Amino acid sequence: MKNKIVIENLTLQYSDGTESLNGISLEIPANATTVLFGPAGGGKSSLLRCLNRLNDLADVESVSGRILLDGEDILDLKMDVTALRRKVGMVFARPVVLPFSIRGNLTYGLELAGEKRKSRHDEAVERSLKLAALWEEVHDRLDDPAIALSGGQQQRLCLARSLALEPEVLLLDEPTSGLDPISTSKVEEALDELKKQYTVILVPHSVQQAARTSDYAAFFLQGKLIEYAPGTDIFTNPQHQRTEDYVTGRFG
Amino acid sequence: MNNFFTKNRELTEKLGFSLLTLMTLLTVIPIIGTVIYIIVQGAPAMSWEFITGFPRDGMREGGILPAIIGTFYLTLGTAIFSVPLGIAAAIYLSEYAPDNRATRLVRLAIINLAGIPSVVYGLFGLGLFVLFLKFGTSMLSASLTLSIMTLPVIISTAEEALRAVPQSFRTVSISLGGTRWQTIRRTVLPEALPGIITGVILGLERAAGETAPILFTGAAFFLPRLPHSPFDATMALPYHLFVISTQVPEMPVQIQYGTALVLLVFVLGMNMIATLIRSRARAKRQW
Repeated sequence: MKNKIVIENLTLQYSDGTESLNGISLEIPANATTVLFGPAGGGKSSLLRCLNRLNDLADVESVSGRILLDGEDILDLKMDVTALRRKVGMVFARPVVLPFSIRGNLTYGLELAGEKRKSRHDEAVERSLKLAALWEEVHDRLDDPAIALSGGQQQRLCLARSLALEPEVLLLDEPTSGLDPISTSKVEEALDELKKQYTVILVPHSVQQAARTSDYAAFFLQGKLIEYAPGTDIFTNPQHQRTEDYVTGRFG
Repeated sequence: MNNFFTKNRELTEKLGFSLLTLMTLLTVIPIIGTVIYIIVQGAPAMSWEFITGFPRDGMREGGILPAIIGTFYLTLGTAIFSVPLGIAAAIYLSEYAPDNRATRLVRLAIINLAGIPSVVYGLFGLGLFVLFLKFGTSMLSASLTLSIMTLPVIISTAEEALRAVPQSFRTVSISLGGTRWQTIRRTVLPEALPGIITGVILGLERAAGETAPILFTGAAFFLPRLPHSPFDATMALPYHLFVISTQVPEMPVQIQYGTALVLLVFVLGMNMIATLIRSRARAKRQW
């Protein structure tokens, strides 16, 4: 199994002393779904936001350690962060569609990257919508305002918007937390298909979702990585007491 | 008393509504009254000659073309200086400036600048542009003075409009590989544009109607010709109105009100253009 991302001793501290990461080391394999789970405030989202350097926007006091993406340290000051973010796509908890048409949302990233050819835009729109299982529902109204879509459709549009850039890694921060069960299963099915091509890193919104979707799962508690194992092991036979307590619902 | 009110909630409600309606009428009626009065008094003066002619007979007859053109030039000049500068400053304050004591001080200064009496701007303009920079009593000096007066309005409303754009739009745009500037230009600015335009027009309207700032810096009592260059002084509607209302004996009332009416139409016209642009921008917005 090839490792896409290798995190070495990552420590992160916010200025206001809130949620932080403490000496995290983790190897995330390619073409699989790795789930980061645990109670709120454990550092899952922080870790996710390190992987595309979105934490640059936050009030970070200090970061140390290394994050190697294909062997290249993305925390390096010389890193081209815009190129990194094209390579590492992200979907947020609340669907945030930009105030454009459906098509406009999907081509936004390409335009930022300087891609002007309409043929490439059209190709990306169709491919990404099909990958996100949204093509059937919206292909005849691509120029409608994206805000007119339902919540579930909006979230799949956000997924498609990331996919339009042909990223290598896909970060998902509780992507189904605001969705109904039907929309949730559509997103999960789409993700299951996507992991064949991409490295998927998911912060699930429940332990059940973690168990359903994970190939590998990492349990986070108060900024520390407690346990990291294949999903089948961690949810059936956890090695640590705290993991077991959380997975079986004794706290969290 | 308390008992009375709890027993008569309906009465209280009616009383409250009546009071609020009365207050609204009290504010609206004087405005409408003023407008109607100006229209009634000024309408007889309206003629093609009044709009396109030069003043004659010590301004007691003829038209007010130089004042109309002058106010147009001054407003245009003010827009040229204050709009790009104001919007740029607002973008800096909203999107780039760190939240520290220095920027808080700048913001405080901007808010306070908006409250300075316009005649003080006039004096400042006289000192800086007319005398120190030797632009003389000119449209340039007057426009610059009006720009300084207008800037705080434009900056603070534009900054408000930019801040009203959801933070999540910025985060998403950055996460899709956008630079800060791309994010501002493609997502934040278009979203904030209607609000920015409102601020711009509000500021320019005020500039168009001001007398004091141009009094020492660029306004002329009477000019037999239109200004040719930015270094010429100019007549302007508000100053002309002041002159013919106080400085010229035996002035026909209808010319005074006619001038007021033209100024009113000028300012309301700008207002309508702003509303039009805003509703266009809203309609174009893909929501």
